[in-house]
Amino acid sequence: MARIEIQKTYKIYIGGQFPRTESGRYYPLKNKKGDVIANICLCSRKDFRNAEVAARAAQSGWGSRAAFNRAQILYRIAEMLEGRKEQFISELLLQGSTLAAAKKEVEISIDRMVYYSGWCDKFQAIYSSVNPVASSHFNFSVPEPTGVVAIIADETTSLLGLVTAIAPVIAGGNTCIVLASETKPLCAVTFAEVLNSSDLPGGVVNILTGTAAELHEHFSNHMDVNTVIYYRNNKAEIKTIKENASLNVKRVFVYNKINIATEKAESPYFIFDTQEIKTTWHPIENIGASKAGY
Amino acid sequence: MSTKTTIPDFRITPTVDQVGVEERVARFTTRSIKKESKMQGMKMILSMIDLTTLEGKDTEGKVKQMCYKAAHLHDIIPGLPTVAAVCVYPSMVKTAKDALIGTGVKVASVSTAFPSGQSTHEIKISDTKFAIANGADEIDMVISRGEFLKGNYNFVFDEIAAIKQACGKARLKVIFETGELSTLDNIRKVSDIAMYAGADFIKTSTGKISPAATMPVTLVMLEAIRDYYYATGRMVGMKPAGGISTSKLALQYLIMVNETLGADWLSNEWFRFGASSLANDVLMQIAKQNTGVYQCSDYFSKD
Repeated sequence: MARIEIQKTYKIYIGGQFPRTESGRYYPLKNKKGDVIANICLCSRKDFRNAEVAARAAQSGWGSRAAFNRAQILYRIAEMLEGRKEQFISELLLQGSTLAAAKKEVEISIDRMVYYSGWCDKFQAIYSSVNPVASSHFNFSVPEPTGVVAIIADETTSLLGLVTAIAPVIAGGNTCIVLASETKPLCAVTFAEVLNSSDLPGGVVNILTGTAAELHEHFSNHMDVNTVIYYRNNKAEIKTIKENASLNVKRVFVYNKINIATEKAESPYFIFDTQEIKTTWHPIENIGASKAGY
Repeated sequence: MSTKTTIPDFRITPTVDQVGVEERVARFTTRSIKKESKMQGMKMILSMIDLTTLEGKDTEGKVKQMCYKAAHLHDIIPGLPTVAAVCVYPSMVKTAKDALIGTGVKVASVSTAFPSGQSTHEIKISDTKFAIANGADEIDMVISRGEFLKGNYNFVFDEIAAIKQACGKARLKVIFETGELSTLDNIRKVSDIAMYAGADFIKTSTGKISPAATMPVTLVMLEAIRDYYYATGRMVGMKPAGGISTSKLALQYLIMVNETLGADWLSNEWFRFGASSLANDVLMQIAKQNTGVYQCSDYFSKD
């Protein structure tokens, strides 16, 4: 008798847990031949709300960790990705990649995670400054995480798009809610399992599956989200996101001109985009050129 | 209390079926309250809140700030009620009373050596009288948990009765600190003792220890109130306190009250929430209903 294969149930990732969508809705994912290969959660507004609450709760703890410790955790994610390489490759094959392309996508993803791991404790030095001021103050500026970032990730890749979107955001001490590719969502939940076993605190990364058409509205109008990042090409969605973002002056970044398969997608400026500059005026007795005060 | 009421033997109060209580409570969490009725429910929750600050670090400034919030929950949204009362330490009663003139918000004061209750009878009485003299409308007393757990029910009964006498016209809420009483049977027993001794309200917790208010504990107390009402015809109020911080949970409590005691208890005369962070969560939910957009706590005043 032929054995019926056990198909993995793909769930979502919120607050370090793997729930199903609260809406109870699913969409079937098909391969090129038209066979159903998995049922994927069709996330709703309330899933996003729950994820946002988890992300907000995790933010202060993650943002106040030592930068070096964040680097260690990002590197650990890369290590776990390396260990699960074969699984990611087979999932990419299922979703229609060639073997060579699948291998390449997984390798770039791992390398990119290592790349941003390295930047965790270095970008502050680049973006900080000591500012000359004409009064008795020691004046300096440092970058701080903006807070909760809502990301609509690349549609064309399954793993690389997620890693590219998540790594710079969490490297800078933010937490995020990411919408995975609608047509290639398989790697998203496996990636969530990697995150869950990498010392990354629950809630720092939350991964949803579903359609941007339904969710972009909620990603951009939630008052407790600080930044929205959008990797796709739908002009109407971009317009709505920008309009909604004005509600609480969210930052909006549209990264759809970058080829994420190249090194163009690796830069500390992607970390900088989700940082805010805080300037401190620290009173001092006197400044360099002045006379002693006594 | 009328002379006809006979005080039962508290050694033989009914026992509580814990599994049954938990099953019953689980059902309250499945009711679906949406849209207009949800809005009404949330406004009702706001009107039932005892806005509370009971910290060693309380100052007059903090209390004044909270009193302003009590009467002006979120002025951007028109048509909101005030909270029912503010709940403070006796030393802050006068400050709160002055700050709330003309608002209709009542002042509740904790008393009897809150939160431990470990003091002498004289101090507890004078603590209560001090709060009343400063203008407290309601007194939240704590029972002597140690005496209760020893089985010294007469002591607990007499103490509540004595404080009730000291309260005069002020309404008396009796705090059990259910987290220290171990079993639902004990909670049922102490509810009966407090009500027969003259409590106007029974209240779960001080908010100082965990677990504070839970739904099973509250259900047991509500059922005690119901049975007492059937036996004597006197209504007694209920106040769960501590740990209720979301509007979703608070709505489930209202459902529980409605389905256990009926709509007569659904007003701030007979039901209160002791809470400090609940108000803002409810306000955020109301703003969400009005604007369609999920809110951020940064835009709501903390006190």
